[in-house]
Formats: sequence, structure tokens, C-alpha cells
Amino acid sequence: MSSIAIIDYGMGNLHSIAKALEHVAGRNRVRVSSERDDILAADRVVFPGVGAIRDCMSELQRTGLDEVVMDVARSKPLLGVCLGMQALLDSSEENQGIPCLGIIPGRVQHFTESIGQAATAGRLKIPHMGWNQVQQQGTHPMWRDIRDGSRFYFVHSYYVAPKADTDVAATTPYGIDFASVIARDNVFAVQFHPEKSQHAGLGLLSNFVNWNGES
Amino acid sequence: MGLAKRIIPCLDVDAGRVVKGVQFVDIRDAGDPVEIARRYDEQGADEITFLDITASSDQRETMVHVVEQVAGEVFIPLTVGGGIREVADIRRLLNAGADKVGINTAAVSKPEFVREAAGRFGSQCIVVSIDARQVSNADAPLRWEIFTHGGRKPTGIDAVEWAQRMVDYGAGEILLTSMDRDGTRDGFDLALTSIISDTVDVPVIASGGVGNLDHLVDGVLRGRADAVLAASIFHFGEFTVGEAKQHMAAAGIEVRL
Repeated sequence: MSSIAIIDYGMGNLHSIAKALEHVAGRNRVRVSSERDDILAADRVVFPGVGAIRDCMSELQRTGLDEVVMDVARSKPLLGVCLGMQALLDSSEENQGIPCLGIIPGRVQHFTESIGQAATAGRLKIPHMGWNQVQQQGTHPMWRDIRDGSRFYFVHSYYVAPKADTDVAATTPYGIDFASVIARDNVFAVQFHPEKSQHAGLGLLSNFVNWNGES
Repeated sequence: MGLAKRIIPCLDVDAGRVVKGVQFVDIRDAGDPVEIARRYDEQGADEITFLDITASSDQRETMVHVVEQVAGEVFIPLTVGGGIREVADIRRLLNAGADKVGINTAAVSKPEFVREAAGRFGSQCIVVSIDARQVSNADAPLRWEIFTHGGRKPTGIDAVEWAQRMVDYGAGEILLTSMDRDGTRDGFDLALTSIISDTVDVPVIASGGVGNLDHLVDGVLRGRADAVLAASIFHFGEFTVGEAKQHMAAAGIEVRL
């Protein structure tokens, strides 16, 4: 039996992600925690988040959980979700520019610029909200039994642009093909909400419960 | 290929029970919101919207429990509207597992509330519900106004200007209901839907008047809506959500199948 900790740093409701993980966890233990020792003792860690990046980073720093995330990113399977994915990059252009954790090189950008440049895109609404396709780039244990091109539920106005193409585990078309999933070693992070993505989302969470952190 | 157009069944909930008759042949309890939500999830609904029409404030807590139960077993986005007036109302529902809340009357009586809510919780979970009626005469240019109290009370506010203002205040999505069409089964007000869709940068959900599956297609292709909401065509088992999606896909609309 292993354990999964969901990091609670005051950014948004964790009820749904906890319920979805419990749904697929079998005999594994799922708990929501803001305690450093609790999180570091878990076998796997989920780093969620919704809202604005400025609040996200300041809460992480205030609680000291930024260091816990950095520690986990070096040592055990880590799943970043939505804002928890964006916070892994070097910086975000949201809120006039916010330095982030710098675990994956690259930055977080707003959709308007790139969509403006995509002449063929037509008119795209922001936020990017709804079910869009996730095109897998290469193989990864987290994609086990998930059909390439499956739809997941997104809601966001900013997206990550990693420096290295090798960190991109999937792309999604919205004006441009943006990096909807990034992966490096024991870190896997998704822009969509697996906890709200029905079968495909539960499948991904189930893979995380069984992932040993190797790609 | 890319972002799918969404189909959203809507359930009216009064004191924890679904009203306005939901009938499935194989359902145990046609008034149980959890069971009905589970059914729509199985049929492939992209989201589910609950409209809390509970009159008494003591029973509002009931909706929170409903959301908690549904969110515990249905893993798609959930929106709750109806009676949301304070930041505390929003926090309770989000903590219970709702993904978005719909603000209607409170936005009209106190527009700053939308700004406050979006600032606190993020635009992504703030849906502003707009109930509009056509007020222009036959030969005049089309014009719609916002109505409150179930479409009975005029406010004099222009619907298109209002939608843009709500987006400026932080609404992440607009749920647009034509009170002229609501309950008629004559189809969406496509002129209203398209003008609002073209005006605002956020997604627009068309609502009010769906009587058949072609109406859903029209809402997307002619109304240019990002999502379509319907109640009765699904509740009475006339069509499943899956059938609606097949019909939309056959019309060339991208849907999640």
C-alpha cells in the first residue's frame, strides 16, 4: 500500500481531485495536506492549483511549501495540475511577471499573443474552456491505455512554453499547438483537469497511482 | 480538429430534489439529482448545470450537500446557479466540489459583486447568467434587455452592453437565456445568441427554447455559441445526450464522442 499526498496551500478547492484520486486509488491512501512532513513522507505527490499565479507563488512562499515542491520534484513522482503545472516553469507573464519555481526551464504566456499571430485560427475565446484533444508526443508510462488524441477538460488563459522540446509530453491545438503536458524524469504536469475529464482523466490518475517516476 | 462544442444538461433543483419532471425509463428515483447527474455523465454530458430554485434560505445548505455527493462520483465540470449573493455562497459551493457558479440577480443589483467574486476565486469559475427579452418593435433594429425575477421584471439594461460589461468585470463565461424562448421548444433566439457571441471574448452558452436536436446544431452554427444548454429534451428521455452529440457531429460540429 502506498500513499498519495495532495498539497494544500490554499489555492482552490481540492475536494474534486481528492475524490477522483480516491476513486482510482484502490487500497492506496489519499490525503490532502499542508504539512511538510506529511507530504515528504508520501510516495507520490499531486501539486494542484487554480487562480492567479501571484497568489499561488506568494502562498507557496508564505507556507514554505515551495521548498517542499522543489524537494519532491527531485525525489518522487510529482503530478502538477493546471496552475500547479505553470508554477513549475521559470516565470509567468501573468500579473505583470512573476518568478516561479524554475523546475522546468521555460515561461508561461498568455494566449492572446500567439492566437493573434495565427491568422488561420479564426476567432478563439479566452479562457480556453472545454474539452480539447491531447496529442501525445512519444511514449510515457502515464499514457498507458489512454488513446492518443483523447479529450480532456481545460480551463485557462495562460499556457506553458518550455525551452526544451524534450520536456513536452503532449500538445493541444488552440490557435497554436501549445504544450498541454510536460514531463521530465519523475515530474509530469498537465494543463487540463484530470479530475474533471471523466474516463480519460481517471485513467491518467490511475496511471499516476501506479507510476514509479521513470519515463 | 480542436476544442469541442459542449452539451450541458440543466437540472432545476428545489430543496435538494430535481423538479420539472425528469423521466428515464430505468431510473429508480426521478427526483434524485445524484442519480440523474450520474445518468447524464454516462450519456456523455460535457458538464452539468444545477439551477437552485429553492425559495427558502434555510434549505440552501441542501444544494451544498447535493454538489458534494455528485462531485464524489461524477468527474465532469459542475456549475451551480441560483441564489448566489455573497462571496461566502460561492466559497461553500466551490469547496463542495462545484467548478463554476452562475451569478444572475446579484450581478444586476450589485455589478461590483462580479468583480469581487472574480478577483477572489478567478474568472474561470464565475459564470454570469443573463436573462434577456427582445424589447424592440417589429420594424425597429433588434434590441434586448435584461430581465430579472424569472423574466418578469424589466431593468432597462441593454443585453449586449451588459454582457460586455460583465466580461470587463471578470466573468469567465456567459450563460445566455432568451426568456422569450424559454419553455417554448421553438429553438434558441439565434439573433441574440450570435450578437452576444460575437461581442464578447469569453465562451457563451446558449439557453432557452430547445425542442429538438436541430436546435442544438443551429445554436452552434448560426448562434455561434460555444456550448448549448438544454433541459426538457433530455429529461423526458426523448433524446439522450449521446444522440444529441451524434446529431451535432453529423452536422459537422466538433464534439466529444
